[in-house]
Amino acid sequence: MTAAFLVASAFLASAVEMVEALTIVLAVGVTRDWRSSLSGVGAATVALAVIVAVLGPALTLIPIDTLRLVVGALLLVFGLQWLRKAILRASGYKALHDEEEAFARERAEASAAGVELRAGLDWYAFTIAFKGVLLEGLEVAFIVLTFGSAQGSIPLAALGAGVAVVLVALVGAVARHPLARVPENTLKFAVGTMLTTFGIFWSAEGAGVHWPGGDAALPVVLVFVLLTSIMFVSLLRRRKLALA
Amino acid sequence: MSALRRFGRFWWEFVVGDDWRIAVGVVLALGATAALAATDAPAWWLLPLAVAFLLYVSLRRAAN
Repeated sequence: MTAAFLVASAFLASAVEMVEALTIVLAVGVTRDWRSSLSGVGAATVALAVIVAVLGPALTLIPIDTLRLVVGALLLVFGLQWLRKAILRASGYKALHDEEEAFARERAEASAAGVELRAGLDWYAFTIAFKGVLLEGLEVAFIVLTFGSAQGSIPLAALGAGVAVVLVALVGAVARHPLARVPENTLKFAVGTMLTTFGIFWSAEGAGVHWPGGDAALPVVLVFVLLTSIMFVSLLRRRKLALA
Repeated sequence: MSALRRFGRFWWEFVVGDDWRIAVGVVLALGATAALAATDAPAWWLLPLAVAFLLYVSLRRAAN
């Protein structure tokens, strides 16, 4: 069951980040130059693969309890950041992420930027696509490395993330438009819940806690985090309505 | 800003984000959990409750 959670979490996190990266790549590709944009995507993908390939084996050398404590704590802080933003978005305290709006903004910036050729590439298109994929992909790499190392299966986490990358790329190539219909804010809520759950579970284990029922406690922690988050959304919504 | 400082700032914002109090709270909660786990008393309940409390405090600050 933990393996299924692991793959699902890596898949969802990767999907939601890749939808954002796709918007950036499409905007510079359509507005500027496809060859330069796709070269940027390729270079960023190689950089991310190198990061995972180098750090992955290095992490497996750390004793599992220390690894779970450190990785779990990092994951918990990182996950709470996602969850906090998702709760603020769901309750109306933060603007929802809008891919159409992001696409229009990226296109306007790409149109206004000057042309500079380097190595036969439109440097603006290359660097924006590279940075977009690298920065969005770093979050995915972080999740793959932390989830995979704490669970002892980086390839499984990488598989979940890789399937999402391929799926989003295929849908994007067919649609040639930002995937605005993907329920991104709901997905971010789900990912934040999962990251926080795994963070609590692993960091507590690393700190010496024995969960009642062992791994069977994981879904119980998930339900606790989910219900607590839904309760906070409800409280904040009510507060916003009362102040309106 | 120096490259090293930019690098440090990037990773700080990447992992810690908007509210550093959450990171400090998590470290303190884990310390308390480890201390409780070192005794015979059950310690599994402490971290989930601490996380809920930290989230509540952070959201309240953000909403204000």
